[in-house]
Amino acid sequence: MSGAQAVVRSLELLGVKDVFGLPGGAILPVYDPLMDSTELRHILVRHEQGAGHAAEGYASSSGKVGVCIATSGPGATNLVTAIADAYMDSVPLLAITGQVFSHLMGTDAFQEADIVGITMPITKHSFLVTKAEDIPATLAAAYHIAQTGRPGPVLVDITKDAQQADLEFSWPPVIDLPGYRPILKAHGKQIQAAAELILESNCPVFYVGGGIVRAGASKQLKQLVELVGAPVVTTLMARGAFPDTHPNNLGMPGMHGTVPAVLALQDADLLITLGARFDDRVTGKAALFAPNAKVIHVDVDPAEIGKIRHADVPIVGDAKDVITDLIETYKETAGKKQPEMTEWWAKLNNLRQEYPLGYSEPSDGLLSPQYVISRIGEISGPEAIYAAGVGQHQMWAAQFIKYERPNAWLNSGGAGTMGYAVPAAMGAKVAQPDRVVWAIDGDGCFQMTNQELATCTLNNIPIKVAVINNSSLGMVRQWQTLFYDSRYSHTDLNTGHDTVRVPDFVKLAEAYGVLGIRVTKAEEVDAAIKLALETNDRPVLIDFVVSADAMVWPMVPQGVSNSYVQYAKDHAPTWDMEE
Amino acid sequence: MSTHVLSLLVENKPGLLTRVAGLFARRGFNIESLAVGHSEVEGLSRITVVVDVDQLPLEQVTKQLNKLVNVIKIVELDYEQSVQREHMLIKVRADNQTRSQVLEAVTLFRASVVDVASDSIVIEVTGNSGKTGALLKVLEPYGIKEIAQSGLLAIGRGPKSITERVYKN
Repeated sequence: MSGAQAVVRSLELLGVKDVFGLPGGAILPVYDPLMDSTELRHILVRHEQGAGHAAEGYASSSGKVGVCIATSGPGATNLVTAIADAYMDSVPLLAITGQVFSHLMGTDAFQEADIVGITMPITKHSFLVTKAEDIPATLAAAYHIAQTGRPGPVLVDITKDAQQADLEFSWPPVIDLPGYRPILKAHGKQIQAAAELILESNCPVFYVGGGIVRAGASKQLKQLVELVGAPVVTTLMARGAFPDTHPNNLGMPGMHGTVPAVLALQDADLLITLGARFDDRVTGKAALFAPNAKVIHVDVDPAEIGKIRHADVPIVGDAKDVITDLIETYKETAGKKQPEMTEWWAKLNNLRQEYPLGYSEPSDGLLSPQYVISRIGEISGPEAIYAAGVGQHQMWAAQFIKYERPNAWLNSGGAGTMGYAVPAAMGAKVAQPDRVVWAIDGDGCFQMTNQELATCTLNNIPIKVAVINNSSLGMVRQWQTLFYDSRYSHTDLNTGHDTVRVPDFVKLAEAYGVLGIRVTKAEEVDAAIKLALETNDRPVLIDFVVSADAMVWPMVPQGVSNSYVQYAKDHAPTWDMEE
Repeated sequence: MSTHVLSLLVENKPGLLTRVAGLFARRGFNIESLAVGHSEVEGLSRITVVVDVDQLPLEQVTKQLNKLVNVIKIVELDYEQSVQREHMLIKVRADNQTRSQVLEAVTLFRASVVDVASDSIVIEVTGNSGKTGALLKVLEPYGIKEIAQSGLLAIGRGPKSITERVYKN
């Protein structure tokens, strides 16, 4: 068997069903046996970044490892953004790249790039394979590393000579990783300490992060929350990890979090931190974050514990295992006791009543983006998958769609990668073909990766794209409105109302064989969404032409304490930037 | 800030040094010295790193290093519980008039002469940084032409070995 055949066979034996990629010189040998594989579906993308994000969307919607393939040099470097994105959001991703012949490496050969070197800071691990016989074990090891412990991207760079040479194929290969032993089971003493701390607290909050989604621990989380009775906040990465309709859910914390969620963390006496990492978009000025709270910090990555915030009870372990153990220990320790939270809940319920999530209609009378997004969520329901780009539309999609289950909400949280939505939705639709998959995108984001609509149309991947078209780089524009005296430096994209509409998204959709619909008025919104849901013989794009003046509220300005959260339903507040 | 000596047991894989050094740079930690060589186990290398950080960032750097798949074990070696040495080669000006004085310094510091030319000698010295520093000071008036210095090497005192527990697990 050739090294190339071993690549395909190994992927098949690892249980991989779908791969996203684009061939080129240094990966050509692999593409030959790929053509004959009946177990592997290869989806030819139009840009390798699309393959990377598609593999991410595939992984994030299904919990399986996403796989993407590219050639050497520019093919490999085009994967870099997606790999960095997967690294920041702990997405299990296997990236396979072709490399020039090993005797040409280091000579600046045609399409040579040191992709292992380039991706070192943004991969969980990476391998360079120069011998055919190393291919099965390396792919198995990479696959294992990608999905265990804290998931992440792993790159396998395979030289062309390794793909062409022959080997004795045997399976399963021996995986030898003496330095890789993720800790999954936590120490009983720490679990006991956590249970006691919870029982002593009066104002506890479950601070839930994306780790719960990756660990598949939503069910256990719900049990624990109901047992303890404390409020829950779900970070941007954790939307859906705990049902939005649950009475204990206060919503999303952070820069654009709900007022109750932000202030609950701020006023808490205990943070029960589960798979979250005290990101600056959640904490605001970290030194002033939750100043009176003790911290229980559960994470599978020991390096996250104590990185930003000291943990009073550090617990290293898999969230599912830890929560299961904590439920048992808590029951035994509590007996009939419960933390006294009457006042706490009264305070929080008051905040909920006073500061519900909302928005005001744009003053220019144009379509409200928040309205559009909430209608998409309401009509499509919680079983659908929603992938967002990055910016205002992402925040509104996080705020105004009700998530009831994990893996329904896909977005680029840590890296903030514009252009994530369309390819990620494509990947999600491949992984979950029976679900409705929406890409909720901005007009800026959409123009970065919309070429994958060709891939969707040709491969029968009928995603729905909602372009929330405010004719600008909306989030940047919002900051310019608030902090740069409304000087709109280079944020106008000319795709919306009263512009030349370059490009015209409806025409663009049609060019790609996609059903294109334009919506400019509130009364057209529902019908367009319903038509999109009914159309499954091709992808659908709705160009929702919305007001450019709508802003994301609430907001905590950068670099200040979260106590300064601005609700601002009807007016833009002013604040002191020097804080 | 204080100086810490970390001993890393690592798999001898291509790019390993880049991974370790890159991690220090990326996370904003300064490497003061670095020494790499084989360990007593085939396929495993040992890296001795001296870093200048506070205790809290040190914890973060060890945790991040531990996440590197090829890093097997990390121990911090404190001064009291370990033997720490650096190795230095010094080329110093020494002619007929000064040679005997330079040689006297070499003897006093229990260093040795490894090369002699008409107007220079090369001195080899091993010790902690206090000793090498003191010798340099003594030699300075004669004219130091060149120095080559190793990173700090360190090993724990007593019978225990860094590789011992690795293979029992």
